Amino acid sequence: MVVVTGPGRSRFKTPARTARRRGRRGQSETKRGWRSTPWLFLLIPLGFLILFTYLPVANMLWYSLTTWDGRAPVKEFVGLDNFVQIFTRPELFQVFFVSLYYIAGSFVQMALALYFATILSFKTRFRNFFKGVIFFPYLLNGVAIGLVFLYFFRPDGTLDALLTLVGVQDPPQWLGDPSLINYSLASTSVWRYMGLNFVLFLGAIQSIPNELYEAADIDGATSWDKFRYIIAPGIRKIIGLSFILAISGALSVFEIPYIMTGGANGSETFVIQTVNTAFVFSKVGLASAMAVVLLLIVLIVTWIQRKVFPDDKADLV
Amino acid sequence: MSAHIARTLKYASLAVACLAALLPLVTVFMAALKDTREFATTGPLDPPSNWFNLDNFVTAFTRGNMLQGFVNTTIILVISVTGAILIGTMAAYAIDRFGFRGRGLVTWAFLLATLVPGVTTQVATFQIINSLGLFNTRWAAIALFMGTDIVAIYIFLQFMKSIPRSLDEAAMLDGANRLTIYRRIILPLLKPAIATVVIIKGIAIYNEFYIPFLYMPSSELGVISTSLFRFKGPFGAQWEIIAAGAILVIVPTLLIFLFLQRYIYNGFTSGATK
Repeated sequence: MVVVTGPGRSRFKTPARTARRRGRRGQSETKRGWRSTPWLFLLIPLGFLILFTYLPVANMLWYSLTTWDGRAPVKEFVGLDNFVQIFTRPELFQVFFVSLYYIAGSFVQMALALYFATILSFKTRFRNFFKGVIFFPYLLNGVAIGLVFLYFFRPDGTLDALLTLVGVQDPPQWLGDPSLINYSLASTSVWRYMGLNFVLFLGAIQSIPNELYEAADIDGATSWDKFRYIIAPGIRKIIGLSFILAISGALSVFEIPYIMTGGANGSETFVIQTVNTAFVFSKVGLASAMAVVLLLIVLIVTWIQRKVFPDDKADLV
Repeated sequence: MSAHIARTLKYASLAVACLAALLPLVTVFMAALKDTREFATTGPLDPPSNWFNLDNFVTAFTRGNMLQGFVNTTIILVISVTGAILIGTMAAYAIDRFGFRGRGLVTWAFLLATLVPGVTTQVATFQIINSLGLFNTRWAAIALFMGTDIVAIYIFLQFMKSIPRSLDEAAMLDGANRLTIYRRIILPLLKPAIATVVIIKGIAIYNEFYIPFLYMPSSELGVISTSLFRFKGPFGAQWEIIAAGAILVIVPTLLIFLFLQRYIYNGFTSGATK
């Protein structure tokens, strides 16, 4: 910190006053310096936070009230018109129904993850091998997964070959039939993300103190009793967290359907539609309004989750 | 007796889970080892005649520009992970170790940001990247990976709380200033948290598709994901080449997973719950 003293001013002051002033200033200087240190550390992090999180949110709210195309210098203000369009034009609104497949998928995913996390937290042979195999898909590149499952679902692909083995002669078009495509894509999503839920549940179950199981054994509890009275309450919080991740994830599905089908055959999701509206059809205003709707839904879901699973009620001991 | 049945059911369900997890990958791997004629005449479940036929991998690697993809991914990964760690630790240090006016507001601003899913603000973020002149440069991805990583800050904040303040005070008595404390005491003690962030963030960046696809459309800037995505065009019908490309992308992940298994589990558990 550089102390700037006005040149020449001290010439007119008595030595005593100068000393007093300097003393006072010196003191306040260190104090101010003390206070500015945290801001020096925060300068860059806060800069990024504002630039890439809060500024976009603010801009998005503003764009959503205009008919901006992303390039024109003027942004025509149209009020809530974009929002009215989203909720009145069925072709814009129908993508929400596609999310229902993924929401249903995420419940299946959580149930499977909970089942495998429970059985693998007890003594099991080859436990680490099973853990690794179940978790591994989560680490894979989304594009690679998309291509792997294109191969899996293609006519005469892996799935059809498996079905032929068990005697199914005429398998349906998994990705060609609009009534099936979202089931195929949602199950790909389950395959991809189940491992994360599994590892989170497993970690939570293992953090439950061992004495509780020992006590339960002494009381003659069955495995189901242990699950019902020890594990389920013990991992309430993480199940609650998984619910928000599942629902906000299901609403913002993009990669799997975009890579595998490009949104064809009725598999277009909300985010694919938003991206196309903004960058293919140059309707940034309308796309921003769609993004605002998505953000609001996610915030509401999070708020409900906080109400249903408050942080402080998860203690067991 | 019923215990016996339960045991059988348990292992049967695990076997089915393994089959479901591995079969899609194994069949793609087998497809990658077949030549064009063999691919056309055999089914997906038939093993390849030659397990060491690597021609498709060579074709995928050279004609699919995968080397460039790996180089671009590595550059972006190294710079953004380093940046995210510096930014995250600095923010956590300032928030946890200083009492200053506005501290509550700043903490709140960082935590509130975890609620905004990045995917929702992309339309508006795009305009910012564009007006900064970063569109179609590697810096677009780097800036976004560095700057929007609130989870890293959160992990550092949690971990910082467990480092005793008396260490800071002792160093201060020895005449260390705040920067020295940050560099010599806080950063080394944060190592476990840094390892967690490196793992989570490294995997996320390696797998990221959306950001490079949207912000770096130029073909020289292809990363692993976007290079592989381009396979759908020129190799449209050549499944054995596409399969080889997918396997090439998966193999590094598999190796890292096998070597760092334990750390990866811990990383994801602490990353998501804390």
